[in-house]
Amino acid sequence: MEAFFAMGKYAAYVWPAYGISLLGLGLAIGFTLSAYARAKKRLAALESGK
Amino acid sequence: MASIFEFANPKRFMNLSGAVLPWLAVVCVLSLGAGLYLGFTAPPDYQQGDTVKIMFIHVPAAWVAMMCYGLMAVASLLGLVNRHPLADVAAKTAAPLGAVFTALALITGSLWGKPMWGAYWVWDARLTSFLLLLFLYLGYIALWNAIEDETRAARAAAILALVGVVNLPIIEFSVDWWNTLHQGESIIRSGGPLIAGVFLWPLGLMAVGYTTLFFTLWMIRIRTEIIERRIRALQLGIA
Repeated sequence: MEAFFAMGKYAAYVWPAYGISLLGLGLAIGFTLSAYARAKKRLAALESGK
Repeated sequence: MASIFEFANPKRFMNLSGAVLPWLAVVCVLSLGAGLYLGFTAPPDYQQGDTVKIMFIHVPAAWVAMMCYGLMAVASLLGLVNRHPLADVAAKTAAPLGAVFTALALITGSLWGKPMWGAYWVWDARLTSFLLLLFLYLGYIALWNAIEDETRAARAAAILALVGVVNLPIIEFSVDWWNTLHQGESIIRSGGPLIAGVFLWPLGLMAVGYTTLFFTLWMIRIRTEIIERRIRALQLGIA
């Protein structure tokens, strides 16, 4: 397990690369889904208010 | 005959994308899961050691970044020539995703370059043209935000997107045209791939995962924009 995290002495490059990718894609997913949910909610409110 | 424009009808797009989205998301999760598993169980490369694991996220990000720009340019052209509003929406909603994938390709590449080349960054042809891709995305987004009128913003942004297309072949062939630190084409080439199967499989699965993730998010963003336009139309009707 320790060897796995050490990444053959390249841990300082491999893990940040995966971390930043996870962060970037996670933010893209989060923003996309929350904007979608908000828009759907607003439309539903508008349409039921008519 | 069914043309692509039939699907470009917003209502039809909502129906079609609603049916496709769950499947796309499933393929995305499965291929990313399998790709990560195979990637982390792959042996270290005999030259690059464990830094080869960065390849599994660097190459797919770069591929999606370029594919996204190509799609954005095609959508921009359709918006400009055919004046189709959904084409403008498609181009507009792709740009932020493209910027994210481009940034990730640059950062992961930099983290791969330091241990292998001894530098986080070099001003060579491949890296510089890819940095330009990021600026094209950011400029495109800024242009959309700078112009109030939506039709005019769409036209101006579409022209920028089309001018920037010239950068795509420059990125693609930069490794052949100039001396560069970046390695040449090693997957799709005559004579077959230069990568061993044990690395090619996780790379391919991650590429499928990144590509389906992009299309999933893109579709949701287009749906969001269609809903927002409908909200605006309703509000105008009420007011």
